[in-house]
Amino acid sequence: MTPFEYIRAGSCDEALAAAGAPGSAFIAGGTNLLDLMKHEVMTPARLVDISRLDLAGIAPTDAGTGAGTGAGTGAGLRIGALVPNSELAADPLVRRRWPLLSRALLAGASGQLRNKATTGGNLLQRTRCYYFYDTAMPCNKRQPGSGCAAREGFNRIHAILGASDACIATHPSDMAVALRALSAEVELLAPGGGRRQVPLAGFYRLPGETPQIETVLEPGEMIAAVLLPPPEGDRQIYRKVRDRASYAFALVSVAACLRMEAGRIAAAALAFGGLAPMPWRSAKVEAALIGEAPSPALFDHAADLLLAEARGQGHNDFKIPLARRTLAAVLAEACSEEMPA
Amino acid sequence: MHVTLKINDSAHDLTLDPRTTLLDAIRLHAGLTGTKKGCDHGQCGACTVLVNGRRINACLSLAVMHEGDEITTIEGLGSPDALSPLQAAFVETDGFQCGYCTPGQICSATAMLEEIRAGWPSHVSASLDGPALPTEAEIAERMSGNLCRCSAYPNIVAAIRLVAAAREDAA
Repeated sequence: MTPFEYIRAGSCDEALAAAGAPGSAFIAGGTNLLDLMKHEVMTPARLVDISRLDLAGIAPTDAGTGAGTGAGTGAGLRIGALVPNSELAADPLVRRRWPLLSRALLAGASGQLRNKATTGGNLLQRTRCYYFYDTAMPCNKRQPGSGCAAREGFNRIHAILGASDACIATHPSDMAVALRALSAEVELLAPGGGRRQVPLAGFYRLPGETPQIETVLEPGEMIAAVLLPPPEGDRQIYRKVRDRASYAFALVSVAACLRMEAGRIAAAALAFGGLAPMPWRSAKVEAALIGEAPSPALFDHAADLLLAEARGQGHNDFKIPLARRTLAAVLAEACSEEMPA
Repeated sequence: MHVTLKINDSAHDLTLDPRTTLLDAIRLHAGLTGTKKGCDHGQCGACTVLVNGRRINACLSLAVMHEGDEITTIEGLGSPDALSPLQAAFVETDGFQCGYCTPGQICSATAMLEEIRAGWPSHVSASLDGPALPTEAEIAERMSGNLCRCSAYPNIVAAIRLVAAAREDAA
């Protein structure tokens, strides 16, 4: 680990001011950042400890406004950036109304890591591409312009959608896939007192020629909270396919939030993990499902639309049929009469 | 920099490089070597300790971030003369071979049983609404962050089930 200056922030304002210095990074749970610092993949000159800031609450919000309700209708939810993954998964309101989020969190990492990893940190965790971690190898994300070792190397875990010639890494989060299907927004604080809200859909950037830039966060900006609107569907499923039964990243995952009316799909939100540099969602797929009666042919058509531009890199070619089958299985389960609403 | 760590109810005044992990502070600076360093990257769980009652990987946390926290290591759970229920159960069921992962297994299981008691669901729970039960499948899933290279898993699970069953009888 390279040396760094450690600053414990006593308030959000203090944290934002301290992080204004070049080379600064925020640290909260630290479960991914410290690992990357040990490998010297990330070498911040200053760590601003935000772990004790008052951003660890989960509270119902009014629909639409995202404002706190006090007595409140509890239509939406505000999740503080510092809420640990374990507490979020176990939260009674999340379990009842956004079970997809609980399930995605519980499918990720280990008990120890979920206790430390935070909501904001989970969104910002870096890819687990082997070549990103290996400082002896070229990687455009770690060292822009050095090349991509994964394209000609071992790329079993890499992307089939949204990749570029510069980078084929995937985003590793399960939580973010669920949040994408649940149409979450991210609240950001900027140095100087600015505050803005960004849909998760627009929070991540595709790699293109600049895979080192992964989000729309400006230098010094900090995630304050994640906001959930009321769920669009009561049939929620997170299905994760991985190399072992527990404590492994997704090869393919599908987050589904559906509503059925009179035997037809009335609402469908689907997001995919393990396939792309960001949690993936396709408006075409959802439009093709809405208003239709569920059938294997319909699910196959949805998979055609999802995977029309999918491209394997060699070792990860299996992800294309695996994504197709996983999507079909999730849709069949979500649309079934047995699905508990 | 200066930091005071409260480990097993004792205050340790330490002067540390900010890079020092909680794991290295516990072992090398506080001299409590029961907590083990396995992978040092959060993959094996050998370094598991309790912070304010919650299990974490001590290797993936900076010591300077733990001023004021209640840290419990394997030495704080029991002693050779007064074993904790899980320590005694691991001996009874032979829940180890080389023993290197054992302190992490026992710290992890100690907090894991509290998570079950609090009704926290797991990936393998059929329902998110509980009740959370200490079945073999639940224990295997909830303990997946603790690897045992000797593969003593059957007896580790047996030890944990022994303690969970005793608690249910007592309840």
